Amino acid sequence: MSAKHPGFSTLAIHAGASPDAATGARATPIYQTSSFVFDDVDHAASLFGLQAFGNIYTRIGNPTNAVLEERVAALEGGTAALAVASGHAAEFLTFHCLLQPGDEFIAARKLYGGSINQFNNAYKNFGWNVVWADSDEPASFEAALTERTKAIFIESIANPGGVIVDIEAIAKIARKANIPLIVDNTMASPYLIKPFEFGADIVIHSATKFLGGHGNSIGGLLVDGGSFNWAGDKRYPMLSAPRPEYNGMVLGETFGNFAFAIAARVLSLRDLGPALSPFNAFLLLTGIETLPLRMQRHCDNALQVAKHLSTHSAIDWVNYPGLPGDRYHNLAKRYSPKGAGAVFTIGLKGGYAAGVKLVSNLKLFSHLANIGDTRSLVIHPASTTHKQLTDAQKSAAGAGPEVVRLSIGIEDAADIIADLDQALAA
Amino acid sequence: MNHDAYDDAYIREILKTVKRIALVGASSNESRPSFIVVKYLLERGYEIIPVNPGLAGQTLLGQMVYGSLRDIPGPLDMVEIFRNSEAAGPITDEALALEPLPKVIWMQLSVRNDEAAARAEARGVKVVMNRCPKIEYGRMSGEIGWQGINSRILSSKKPTLAGKGFQKFTISR
Repeated sequence: MSAKHPGFSTLAIHAGASPDAATGARATPIYQTSSFVFDDVDHAASLFGLQAFGNIYTRIGNPTNAVLEERVAALEGGTAALAVASGHAAEFLTFHCLLQPGDEFIAARKLYGGSINQFNNAYKNFGWNVVWADSDEPASFEAALTERTKAIFIESIANPGGVIVDIEAIAKIARKANIPLIVDNTMASPYLIKPFEFGADIVIHSATKFLGGHGNSIGGLLVDGGSFNWAGDKRYPMLSAPRPEYNGMVLGETFGNFAFAIAARVLSLRDLGPALSPFNAFLLLTGIETLPLRMQRHCDNALQVAKHLSTHSAIDWVNYPGLPGDRYHNLAKRYSPKGAGAVFTIGLKGGYAAGVKLVSNLKLFSHLANIGDTRSLVIHPASTTHKQLTDAQKSAAGAGPEVVRLSIGIEDAADIIADLDQALAA
Repeated sequence: MNHDAYDDAYIREILKTVKRIALVGASSNESRPSFIVVKYLLERGYEIIPVNPGLAGQTLLGQMVYGSLRDIPGPLDMVEIFRNSEAAGPITDEALALEPLPKVIWMQLSVRNDEAAARAEARGVKVVMNRCPKIEYGRMSGEIGWQGINSRILSSKKPTLAGKGFQKFTISR
């Protein structure tokens, strides 16, 4: 490979995927196996002692999953990645590496509803305390800092859509407090935004969405930016303390700028277990090869649809940062110049009832709880994804009763618009 | 030589040509990188001569440990320095006093001493700093991808099995 800095489309196809060493298979094989034989007894000992690169058991690592990991690490500009069973699992393992009971982290209030649930409810059992802040007001993160704050968590483009976050401003606060900034980059994908370039330390993905892109596989990744210095930092004992699991090894010293991804694998994934199926990894990899083509089409279609809806008589408002005049338009131009994503919300003049009617009348759009599919998708968050939140939380998350979320697919834009028109007229 | 960013070709050429390496600061503690690197490079066919005054005369992974570079009989292709950046200065000078000169002085990841590097390069000795030979070998061979690490290398040539099973690649691709 002669080019020193291959372009995004080249990486999307080639990163991590040389021909198979044993067979020459050019597509990445699906290593559908639980375990791998060792070359000899000493080799086995080396692998268990983290002294050699290699494969032991698919819960800890698998060659198909590894290609996905290297691919996404390369696309994000990170040092390493770990593929896991879902985006939720990626979040969970990330925090398992960072938090001790009684610790806090600050999260943006506008988040995917499932993340809000995980942070508010599931984490209570571990003594991990979320403190909410407003991503439109970076200073609110600084105000929420305490001595127990171990991380900041935001989304680059926030679910349910239409919100671009000033990553750099929040990264500065994290850097000043010497805590890692975690950015969920699911909605943007690295094609639109690379959070490491703006000061993020860890990137999270639900690969189920735009990365895989075809709505056929659940999967998640965490990506190590290599920027945070864990060694010697007592606040993060998973990385800085001698680990009894590995004969006193200090992961932050041994693995340098990819220590976080290694710790997430050999401590968190190994012991908690949400491994990704190699078959899913294969499907996600196949999807990623066309990520740049799909993502541009998603964005181009979304802009056309948003423009159309913004003049429609049944629509009260359209929150799409790609539209001039939108409150996030300037942030979108700065962070996401190729397009403002494909997921956004609209407010219906007819309120809750109109939202229910719209999802019932659409014929091309699928009514389901996912985003980032080739197909156009629709959901009424107040009655589904955000149903478990209080009314105040719903409004704070941008999911009030009149709100409908659209995930614009890569069909012909004219057909997407025609479907919305007929459903709004019906 | 730009010591902030090495060409992969420069590193690959070094790893392909050196055979006999003295590793200064080798450890007998199995969980230390200074043990793990010795073991890894031995498994990849390099002759590794551990140097550690505290272990002199003992064997480490079957290799005789020497107290200093000058005690080692015979010529060295490379001296790897697994000590802090300050200590790398006098160790470099010790290496430069050897006859014949080693071809390469390599300072481990996080170790960098630009003055020492300049003295070595003035004598025609190649220098690598702030890099781990195990990581670099794993990047070049493709092995490192098994751990989800970004090798930053794209290749349409299949990796070459080391011939001792299916879980070791060589850098001959």
